[in-house]
Amino acid sequence: MDLSFNIQGGDFTSAGTASSQVRRTLKELGVDASVIKRVVVALYEAEVNIVAHACHGTITAQINPERVFLQLVDEGPGIPDIEKAMTPGFSTASQEVREMGFGAGMGLPNICRNADVFNIHSVPGKGTTVEITIQIK
Amino acid sequence: MTVKEMAEALNLRVFAAEEGLEKQVVGGYTSDLLSDVMGYADAGMVWITLQTHKNIIAIASLKELSAVILVKGFEPDADTLALARREQIPLLGTSGQAFETSGRLYRLLNP
Repeated sequence: MDLSFNIQGGDFTSAGTASSQVRRTLKELGVDASVIKRVVVALYEAEVNIVAHACHGTITAQINPERVFLQLVDEGPGIPDIEKAMTPGFSTASQEVREMGFGAGMGLPNICRNADVFNIHSVPGKGTTVEITIQIK
Repeated sequence: MTVKEMAEALNLRVFAAEEGLEKQVVGGYTSDLLSDVMGYADAGMVWITLQTHKNIIAIASLKELSAVILVKGFEPDADTLALARREQIPLLGTSGQAFETSGRLYRLLNP
């Protein structure tokens, strides 16, 4: 099953909508709760990254009996130094975003911790692609 | 312990989602960093925070938290209230600070 979503940069009022829909679908499919929890954390963080940093993006979720594959492609500023971005506590979020409690530098580490496979590719000035695989079996 | 019993024992104000008051409280998590809660809180916990925007309800719903307590007399934004009602996440409030509220909840759950 494939689900796809368009995400608008800066639209914090809708942040989490894609994660919520994917969670609902996985529950309906009877996927194990521990797997759903990991998908929710990883997808929510990646979704919020698009909202907080990019102009817009698309999320695709491919679900089959073996695994959940999430691909998030955004057009935005990109990440010049991915290793630095992966460092817990490092963030380039605006002051406004930080005051909301986002931008603590925990997003990418949270994704990493919950994904079985995590790929991130970025072109500064163009955008970022994040791919997350979580095994069901 | 149910959310209702907790709300009565801690003298909390109920802002929204009274229908969720029968949920069971298994623990608490105190943080104002959303990714901290997203990454480390677990289902059935009560989230103690000073954040009042609607993303707290999105997170509480995704993480299946039993309730959210706003501290220091903060009141929820209008769209936070509306979402809490829709998602049936009890949204509670106290004039107390996070430290004392966490301490009182801890003592209640670990008598």
